[in-house]
Amino acid sequence: MTTAKTKTLAADGQAPAVPIPRTSTLSSARTRRLGLTVLGWAIACLIFFPIFWMVLTGFKTESAAIADPSLIFSPTLESYAEVQLRADYFKFALNSVVVAFGSTLAALLIAIPSAYSMAFLPTKRTKGTLLWMLSTKMLPPVGVLVPIYLLFRDVGLLDTRTGLTIVYTLMNLPIVVWMLYTFFKDLPKDILEAGRMDGASTLQEVVFLLLPLTLPGIASTGLLSVILSWNEAFWSLNLTSSNAAPLTAYIASFSSPEGLFWAKLSAASTMAIAPILVFGWLTQKQMVRGLTFGAVK
Amino acid sequence: MGQIMTKTRAAGRTVGGLRTLSLQAPAVTLLFLWMIVPLAMTVWFSLQRYNLLMPEMTGFAGLENYRYLFTDPALWAAMGNTLLLVGAVLAITVVGGTLLAVLFQQEFPGRGVARVLAISPFFVMPTVSALVWKNMMMHPSNGVLSWVAESFGLPAVDWFSSLPLTSIIIIVSWQWLPFALLILLTAIQSLDDDQVEAARMDGAGPVAIFFFITLPHLKRAISVVIMIEMIFLLTIFAEIFVTTSGGPGLATTNLAFLIYIQALLDFDVGMASAGGVIAIILANIVAIFLVRMVAKNLES
Repeated sequence: MTTAKTKTLAADGQAPAVPIPRTSTLSSARTRRLGLTVLGWAIACLIFFPIFWMVLTGFKTESAAIADPSLIFSPTLESYAEVQLRADYFKFALNSVVVAFGSTLAALLIAIPSAYSMAFLPTKRTKGTLLWMLSTKMLPPVGVLVPIYLLFRDVGLLDTRTGLTIVYTLMNLPIVVWMLYTFFKDLPKDILEAGRMDGASTLQEVVFLLLPLTLPGIASTGLLSVILSWNEAFWSLNLTSSNAAPLTAYIASFSSPEGLFWAKLSAASTMAIAPILVFGWLTQKQMVRGLTFGAVK
Repeated sequence: MGQIMTKTRAAGRTVGGLRTLSLQAPAVTLLFLWMIVPLAMTVWFSLQRYNLLMPEMTGFAGLENYRYLFTDPALWAAMGNTLLLVGAVLAITVVGGTLLAVLFQQEFPGRGVARVLAISPFFVMPTVSALVWKNMMMHPSNGVLSWVAESFGLPAVDWFSSLPLTSIIIIVSWQWLPFALLILLTAIQSLDDDQVEAARMDGAGPVAIFFFITLPHLKRAISVVIMIEMIFLLTIFAEIFVTTSGGPGLATTNLAFLIYIQALLDFDVGMASAGGVIAIILANIVAIFLVRMVAKNLES
């Protein structure tokens, strides 16, 4: 794993040195390109280093993990096995999956009709509604922690997956509506119009025309919602303890002084972030839309 | 056929308002409740004597919670820390993000992969980021940073006891620099190449191009980054929760953490709610500008 990584880095670093047929007048441009390559890669690797190091540490033994930093060690999977054995990793992972995907599905179901009507049946109030939805996102969670905690305690939603799912659904709803709205608006109106001419009902219009045509947009909206829910760590730390605790809360349990198990922490963390990292890489372009509420395209 | 068409059109128009209402009702109602109920409760609690540990002490307190809070040195320490944290992280991420966006906009071999590596930290959950930095990077004896310092003959730094707030700033900046980079990289791509080329023809150097073309082009994206980051950074919580727990002393207690201590550790609902109201007011000062800007963009 390590060697493969170093190899690709080296190969890319050397790429500009490979002689490309060019005239000598371009040699200063070539030096500049080499400089850019080195600088770009150096900074990228520096920023990525903690993640790389964490992945690496996950394959070490506990004693190797706290020894002097070294790239040379005999990789082992023992930490991965132990994480499951000692702490029932999959219980927390399952909580994360259920809560992140459940809240995303709920948010999409609530948001699609709303975004549909905003994009295709706009009224004078549409803009105001959109902005108001955005403004609900500005309420800092800590400002409403106390009432939510007490309400959840009174109705028995503390430390339940349902409770956390509800919070995440509402937390992401404005972003989901907003993103779907921008994707729906990009769709040529004539297509839906044509469907309506052929006698399609609103429901048919949405299910057979709108959803298939905007599927990539809906998928990236969903992925952003999953990412945000998966990584959310304010509500999960405050509203769950053991039963419904997702991975964010489980990883936090490694912060206690007696929990100084770096290899296990690294193995658990690697598993916790790997799927989300891939989702993030896949949707980075469309994500900008959702994260900035369309203000940056 | 023609008859049916006019019929549907007419039906669409008259029922339009009703249809809009019923389609938007679920989202609007839920969000309204989610906003107004806890908000009203927070304001109400902040005016009450309400401590879960002292159930016999109840009743209307007026502004007593606020008076008590404002005379508490902890609040001012927390406000100071919040501002320092927000200010420092903003400066690092916005300046760094702009420079990196310019760098990653240049063409070089493997640029796509380098970009992906550089934005990755944004997708790492806060508890993982904080613990990886606390243990593997910043640990005074076994961390990578102290190892690097020692190999240069420098003394190792005990990050979290000697520079607690700086450590938090470093961790949070590491998480948000990629966010700024991601947004600004998207914005910089709409920069007109011809304009840059024309400036170059006129003899403008890279520095002049950066300050007179690139930076003005990025102005709006930069302000969006600043406002969105501010809203999130005002209430940074998990990073403090898993590393310093607000300490040593109050050195890393920000407003969010202070409210958490009052609410879930001291069970002082009244005081915590008063703190919550202050946090809401602070966030809204920023939010007004952001909403106004998005609104302007929605019109164009």
